[in-house]
Amino acid sequence: MPEETKGPDSVLPPPEGAKAPAETASPSNPPATPSAGTEAAKAAPVAESKPAEAAKPAAADKPVVPAAPKAAAPAAAKPPAAPAKPAGPVPEPWDSELVTRLRQQYGSGIEESSRYLGQTYLTVDQTILLEILRRMRDDEGFDYCVDITAVHYPKREQQFDMVYVLYSFPKNERTRVKTRIKDGEHVPSAVSIWETANWLEREVFDMFGIVFDGHPGLKRILLPDEWKGHPLRKDYDILLQDREWVQTNLGIESGQ
Amino acid sequence: MSEKIDTSYLDLDTKDETFLDSTEMVLNMGPQHPSTHGVLRVILKLDGEKVLGTECIIGYLHRGVEKIGENRTYTMFNPYVDRMDYVAAVSNGLGYCETVEKLLSVEAPARAQYIRVILTELCRISSHQVWLGTHALDIGALTPLFYAFRDREEILKIFEKYCGARLTTHAFRIGGCIYETYDGFEQDVKKFCTFFLPKLDEYEELLTTNRIWVTRTKGVGILNPEDCIALGVTGPVLRASGVKWDLRKAQPYESYKDFDFEIPTGVNGDTYDRYLVRVAEMRQSVRILQQAIEAIPTGPIMAKVPKVIKPPVGEVYHSIEAPKGELGYFIVSDGSTQPYRVRVRPPSFVNLQALDKMVRGLLVADVVAVIGTLDIVLGEVDR
Repeated sequence: MPEETKGPDSVLPPPEGAKAPAETASPSNPPATPSAGTEAAKAAPVAESKPAEAAKPAAADKPVVPAAPKAAAPAAAKPPAAPAKPAGPVPEPWDSELVTRLRQQYGSGIEESSRYLGQTYLTVDQTILLEILRRMRDDEGFDYCVDITAVHYPKREQQFDMVYVLYSFPKNERTRVKTRIKDGEHVPSAVSIWETANWLEREVFDMFGIVFDGHPGLKRILLPDEWKGHPLRKDYDILLQDREWVQTNLGIESGQ
Repeated sequence: MSEKIDTSYLDLDTKDETFLDSTEMVLNMGPQHPSTHGVLRVILKLDGEKVLGTECIIGYLHRGVEKIGENRTYTMFNPYVDRMDYVAAVSNGLGYCETVEKLLSVEAPARAQYIRVILTELCRISSHQVWLGTHALDIGALTPLFYAFRDREEILKIFEKYCGARLTTHAFRIGGCIYETYDGFEQDVKKFCTFFLPKLDEYEELLTTNRIWVTRTKGVGILNPEDCIALGVTGPVLRASGVKWDLRKAQPYESYKDFDFEIPTGVNGDTYDRYLVRVAEMRQSVRILQQAIEAIPTGPIMAKVPKVIKPPVGEVYHSIEAPKGELGYFIVSDGSTQPYRVRVRPPSFVNLQALDKMVRGLLVADVVAVIGTLDIVLGEVDR
């Protein structure tokens, strides 16, 4: 199969450090590619473009990618002789009437409004999250909550991104509302706005351990009630639990 | 004559009390129950035959697909998504490949897009056939199951000839398709279209005006459009409630904008309308297939993508219209070869949440009909 990668890149997962979130891992320190030989040669253009990223004044705390023309994607496929290879598009500011209205009312509560690859998103302060969501549904026409999920960035102070994917039937438009929270902080439940939030929030609780205030029945949904830990956190250690289980139930040391 | 009948063995005094017991009864249904389509456990709160409330216990098939995604490269994760909704594996793969392509700012070549549409529509038909067969079986009609599975075989044969697998096909790759169509692919698809349309009439002959079928499905499990939207329900269930919304039309992906097809909708939002909508959808799929096979362009089938896929830092949400509803992927890239986070927005999971609202006040037997009409696949609910 020609497109299957044969390099060590694809066989060995890179060390934990290399998988660190882009925000915290300094861009001047590109993840060491464990590849060698031909793979390294091919990956070179991508790696080389990384320092350029460091030179840019990193706009606050957003994932910053080197500024570049749009049609840039298959960078690594071209020979290294080609002119300086851009790595990808950058999030650009998203201006619309909606954003202006929200900014007027909430001021700095709207931390960011951007457009990336044609998709828009808002980052809002956690304290006004519920207000914004309700407003999005009632006044802005985003009547359908597509998905609620979270992303864990263990090296950041505010470890979790809560992501609400919204869709508007009248406008045929999609947007995302995001907020950042610290580990252990509670999030107000959106069940009062969308009934669909019920299971979606339970899943976030199950997988990340984020507690939703005002949820009608917050308990695990996919994992058994007695399960320990929250698997989609980056610091979740399945082997530790395996050893513990083997020790308590079988009285021997685990072979893992 | 005056002989007294001994009724002491009947123990009437105590029996009466329990017999007229009107407290709520809790009945466990599943996880090993044929009508739950897998391993779904539903706890029913009953008043006699009447359902007062339900609670779904899910997670029996949880494999941690999202966690697996974080520990595999983009290419390696591709076959895993087939195992979520395993009766519509092709759709899952399409959604995943498109999302990664979006991250890479790559678009599949025109020919690949047509091949993708053809296989995805075949897959939609086969998924609806499984639904039709099992749903009818749950309600007591045995024949449609045999008919549907017999005809589905023709689709699986095309899949097998195309990529060697029948169920979990792994047909698409990031950037396009890996396999060129085999000799006679066009003829096979055309033959299937002409073969399948009369078969659809056969299904309809068995069910649409069947008195038992109509009694069991009309007015059962009604969802109004407002509830659908509040509950995030998508796919045929939403359309049967009268909301004309299909991602293939609303936000066209691949080459769907090239084809002329309609979005069938229902009126009452009951089980019968959902049946009609799905059957009509199969007809529309055949229409798309016929147009696509006539217009399939020549050219490359793979876009230029790097061998080692390393999307730039960023995140993207993309969704497609899977047979069950909106199937979305939210992928966060940190610039490495592995996704930092893969989130799957499963239509079955979200649709199943509507079960409680749909069955309240109905009878136990209707719960079976409603689970069938939601068309869930537990592999996708639990992931």
